[in-house]
Amino acid sequence: MAAHSSSLAEDPAELSGATAAVEAHPDLELVERAKAGDTAAFEQLVRQYDRQIYRTALHITQNREDAEDITQDVFFKAFQKLDQFQGNSKFSTWLVRIAVNESLMRLRKRKTSKTVSMDQDVQTEEGSIPRDFAEWRPNPEQIYSQGELGEILRKTIAGLPPGFRTVFTLRDIENLSTEETAEALGLSVPAVKSRLLRARLQLRERLSRYFRKANEGSK
Amino acid sequence: MNCTDFLAKLTDFFDGQIEPDLLAEVKEHLGTCHHCEVVVNTTRKTIDIYRHEQPYEFPEELSTRLRGAIMERCKQSKEAAEAKARLHEELTRTSSRGS
Repeated sequence: MAAHSSSLAEDPAELSGATAAVEAHPDLELVERAKAGDTAAFEQLVRQYDRQIYRTALHITQNREDAEDITQDVFFKAFQKLDQFQGNSKFSTWLVRIAVNESLMRLRKRKTSKTVSMDQDVQTEEGSIPRDFAEWRPNPEQIYSQGELGEILRKTIAGLPPGFRTVFTLRDIENLSTEETAEALGLSVPAVKSRLLRARLQLRERLSRYFRKANEGSK
Repeated sequence: MNCTDFLAKLTDFFDGQIEPDLLAEVKEHLGTCHHCEVVVNTTRKTIDIYRHEQPYEFPEELSTRLRGAIMERCKQSKEAAEAKARLHEELTRTSSRGS
């Protein structure tokens, strides 16, 4: 599993020629206009994807200031390297890949004594086998206030290893396809599927502590 | 199909990428195994909650501020590149006159 994922390319240009051609996407026209010097076209791309890039960075770094800096850096790098984007992948996937690289670099800087990569902690067996078989309440999100629920969700996903957290974020929260997630992370499709399964199961297990039916011990 | 086989197919099952023959086996297993049924229901709910509740907000104010900063950096970068190009052009013209 690790062989595919140990080195995420620092240069987003490496992605541009890496995949098979896809159908023309509406973003391509904006990208071409931006390449020709139309900054309004680039600003439209920023509007479209700033939320996705910010949330991706925040999920990986778990730090709002870092996520803000990363969002700026991602779009600035993209602007500078627009000529290297060939349109072989979606523009948004290209941006996400830059965001993942930038986010992992931030984590590495923060934890100077440790290596942070998509492989970190993924060898753990935790969560690969379900242990909690309690049913949940019919509408578990209604047990808690919006603020409490947000805190539970943040705390729960923050406990996942970065490699699992990132795959879950891209695939299940940002709704990228399995193939797009693999492309953005420099992983194989089977590696994404494996990590996604374990991320989902670990989150399920942890959320079950809050959402399981009252008669089985809960809030 | 036992629980381990079922678990191995869970991602494909959720993503609708499972062959019809296997899907029938998965459904048959789900009909007889309460534990796996709970795992499927609560895992699906886990995905739904994260997808719909969005634990991190991205207010319009933040979007506007970040976009402003991004576009300012892009503008400065573009102006610097244009100034460099003009200087290069000027130097080329001057040196060709000199020779």
